[in-house]
Amino acid sequence: MQKTYYDPADLKKFGKISEWNQELGDKFFEYYGKVFEDGALTAREKALIALAVSHTEQCPYCIDAYTKDTLQRGVTKEEMMEAIHVGAAIKSGATLVHGVQMMNKVNKLDG
Amino acid sequence: MATKSLHKRESDLANSNRQLEILSNGIFQNGELPTFKNKIAETNQFPLKAKKLEILQINVGYMCNQVCEHCHVDAGPDRKEIMTRDTMQQCLEVIKNTGANTLDLTGGAPEMNPNFRWFVEEAAKAGIKDFIVRSNLTIIRANKNYYDLPEFFKKHNVHVVSSMPHWTRGKTDKQRGDGVFDKSIRALQDLNAIGYGMPESGLKLDLVYNPSGAFLPGDQMAMEKDFKKALKEDFDIQFHNLFAITNLPISRFLDYLIASENYEDYMYSLVEAYNPAAVENVMCTNTLSVSWDGYLYDCDFNQMLGLPVNSKDKHISTFNEELLEGRDIVISQHCYGCTAGAGSSCQGSVA
Repeated sequence: MQKTYYDPADLKKFGKISEWNQELGDKFFEYYGKVFEDGALTAREKALIALAVSHTEQCPYCIDAYTKDTLQRGVTKEEMMEAIHVGAAIKSGATLVHGVQMMNKVNKLDG
Repeated sequence: MATKSLHKRESDLANSNRQLEILSNGIFQNGELPTFKNKIAETNQFPLKAKKLEILQINVGYMCNQVCEHCHVDAGPDRKEIMTRDTMQQCLEVIKNTGANTLDLTGGAPEMNPNFRWFVEEAAKAGIKDFIVRSNLTIIRANKNYYDLPEFFKKHNVHVVSSMPHWTRGKTDKQRGDGVFDKSIRALQDLNAIGYGMPESGLKLDLVYNPSGAFLPGDQMAMEKDFKKALKEDFDIQFHNLFAITNLPISRFLDYLIASENYEDYMYSLVEAYNPAAVENVMCTNTLSVSWDGYLYDCDFNQMLGLPVNSKDKHISTFNEELLEGRDIVISQHCYGCTAGAGSSCQGSVA
């Protein structure tokens, strides 16, 4: 039995998801590829966003993939870390902003 | 960072046969990954055949003032292999008569060969369309004997091609040694000052980018845009084109891949990125590489692996351009480095 939930080798098999539903798999990968092309944002900027989101989603496959991808695009480690802090700031901000809800409730129940 | 070549350190990997063994064993022997021969055979591209010669690349010696982390030549100050004037004379005979349109001098640091200037002066007389010298930039600032190199290059209309791993100090010095970035910037400013690399200038200055670690280069055009923007904004430096080159898994880069436990993943990356269109234009089909001792190879990488051309005449002294055309190219698994993604050559992407 597999001892861990994640296996780095599974990342290479991502494309196989189409085998069990070719149409939806194909549509997904076509969409995915299109999203990351140069557009109003450069492919490099998109890769940095993807790196930050990979962390907030805590997806180990994505972290591996977009660390390598950003390196290939000449992104420096300083830029990578700053991007991750943006993700972390939103995550912690999103937690803390709910504090207002808690405060509202406290004020209503015990104000 | 190492300060001595693999040869000086008497490393196992200083032996080219050992490198070829590694490239043929393991994942390629057990069938996990296809050999390069089998891969190109899938698209009926085996055997690879040499076309008409366009680029004559001459390696004038392995001595260099730097010991870069990923050098495929295993160059350094401790390497003593230097092309003699006699061998240069034999090269000049070929240069005068060749149909090639590009002459490409490399090393090591070619400028460290004591006969370098004489050779350039003589070779320039042949009037080959594109005369390249691969200069590592820091040599221009190494000591005062070299300060006038930009003027010397200009006088002979030499096309300067220089390595520049990144537009930031940290990534450059990690790969090429402490202080390399600052010296390279100064050398580029010196070259710009006399016209090299300026937008309308005929004095060609191109940069070579190769990744600082176990990953492939990004899109060449996108990288060029980023390099140009950063070097102009930060240092007011201009250049013409950027060549994005893939690190081939040989010599010091192979040593690094094995030591960092990246070898298998890197080979997977190369094989996954295999592009048959890049095979069509791979540089060995229009290039000949001449070693410091005058032997002929399909490319600089085969030279370092000790794999001479598959031809009766293997030496510059018996050079026969007609006979060499149509020869079978000598291949091994390192060739995947030139066929990954947009392909890779000494002139950058090929597909």
